[in-house]
Amino acid sequence: MKLSKLKRYLPKGRHAVIGVPFVWLFLFFLLPFFIVLKISFAEADVAIPPYTDVFSWADNQLTILLNFGNYVFLSEDALYLAAYLGSLKIAFVSTLLCLLIGYPMAYAIARAPKEMQTVYLLLIMMPTWTAILIRVYAWMGILSNNGLLNSLLMGLGLISEPLQILNTNLAVYIGIVYSYLPFMVLPLYANLVKHDQSLLEAAADLGSRNFNSFWRITVPLSKNGIIAGCMLVFIPVVGEFVIPELLGGPETLMIGKVLWQEFFNNRDWPVASALAVVMLAILLVPIILFNRNQAKEMEGRA
Amino acid sequence: MKRWSFSSTMLWVGLLFIYLPMLIMVIYSFNASKLVTVWGGWSMKWYFGLLDNSQLIGSVLRSLEVALYTAVAATALGTLAAFVLTRVTRFKGRTLFGGLVTAPLVMPEVITGLSLLLLFVAMAQLIGWPAQRGLLTIWIAHTTFCSAYVAVIVSARLRELDLSIEEAAMDLGAKPWKVFFLITIPMIAPSLAAGAMMSFALSLDDLVLASFVSGPGATTLPMEVFSAVRLGVKPEINAVASLILLSVSLFTFVAWYFTRRAEERRKRAIQQAMAEEAV
Repeated sequence: MKLSKLKRYLPKGRHAVIGVPFVWLFLFFLLPFFIVLKISFAEADVAIPPYTDVFSWADNQLTILLNFGNYVFLSEDALYLAAYLGSLKIAFVSTLLCLLIGYPMAYAIARAPKEMQTVYLLLIMMPTWTAILIRVYAWMGILSNNGLLNSLLMGLGLISEPLQILNTNLAVYIGIVYSYLPFMVLPLYANLVKHDQSLLEAAADLGSRNFNSFWRITVPLSKNGIIAGCMLVFIPVVGEFVIPELLGGPETLMIGKVLWQEFFNNRDWPVASALAVVMLAILLVPIILFNRNQAKEMEGRA
Repeated sequence: MKRWSFSSTMLWVGLLFIYLPMLIMVIYSFNASKLVTVWGGWSMKWYFGLLDNSQLIGSVLRSLEVALYTAVAATALGTLAAFVLTRVTRFKGRTLFGGLVTAPLVMPEVITGLSLLLLFVAMAQLIGWPAQRGLLTIWIAHTTFCSAYVAVIVSARLRELDLSIEEAAMDLGAKPWKVFFLITIPMIAPSLAAGAMMSFALSLDDLVLASFVSGPGATTLPMEVFSAVRLGVKPEINAVASLILLSVSLFTFVAWYFTRRAEERRKRAIQQAMAEEAV
């Protein structure tokens, strides 16, 4: 095996090479989750920082004061349940919309001539490098009551008074699909471009119709791309804050927005932590699914 | 011969959907009228007005500073992580490591932001560092999530590499670090550049993480824009947003163009070498 030969030469620096990124990610990514978990069991307090101690050391005794009040509070208030369900629903529908729009786009790019592919990819990728804030802001000007879309529709005589689109869930869907579409297209393209065309040719030779070949060969083969794309959209959208805040209205209940308000407006850190813990618990399965899928891709075994 | 199919129609409709709103925003940033929806002729006055806004310019400089440091650190960290994932096949905690590298890609920002803030607060209580939250804590937050993007980009490239070149160098007695710096790094340079640029852009754009872990006096550009945007659409914001949009697009395009040219030169050189060998 080639790799084993390479590995023999990798002894001493090996620990440093693995250690540096490991320690960094452990310290600044994994460890913080445990602190969130801990603080979700604390009580809000008027102090700096604004919560009570969970572990205390007095009289040579370690006292652990677990307070489940925050979780009880979350389960009793219908607002939080509605926000979680709202987030999941919005994330699910927008993921589906992204897939329906993104799949044909990725397919078209993968079938385009080689030199055009890089141009299309750049066009898809470029917006993801500019702030989501700005792209969402651009829609505010278009969708508002006296915005471009309403002026256009009224100018054409299609409607007599402005449609209320901004500050509704419709605007949130538009904003999410708009912002996350590239994250669906890119992994799908990366998968579709690897497909062996001869399979489709063979199917055609055997008399398979185009759509039949597409549905029975291309779609199953692109399973990993579909999973990666859907997870890249679904998971972050569940916790999305900027889009519901700017485009949504009072009817838009999303958990990212609620968490933000608990933290910044109510300054209730323990409740915000409990909200984050529950959100993470909901997202754990999709995240593990994504990670396993990604690990396969990264090792090139896919 | 090209067939006009459903999928290519979708591609163009999709691209139009992506670019039209941004184009409209840029056009309206040149609107002379104070009312955002009424066209009052072309004007540059909103752009000149920005120059007097010292608060805004301060936040731009802060954002650029953080983005620059983030690009450097995230590229180094992400490359190491990618190297471990692609080259070291077996070690204790490898699955955990893989998860730690890829999870930041999808983790909702509100969770990452909150958890990092709580970490910094706990650390300040425990060891007195970081005494104050600000650019340093924003930099740590950005480096963590940007290195995941770098790792994905670089590992894709590392997988494509021909291992035999590295092996040949080692067989000839080169030390691993020497192989890494003299052979591996030059071969993956385009992906390092792409990773660094992506980190720079991501750091420049981030609102949520920065809002959580920032401290007094460390307002970054997105935070500044956000607090203005919350109050509605204003011509000044159109101008700021257009400037950010244009500079990022230009930067991306130039970088893309140069990496593509370097790539083509490299391919031509390889082809030439092979042709010479055949003769």
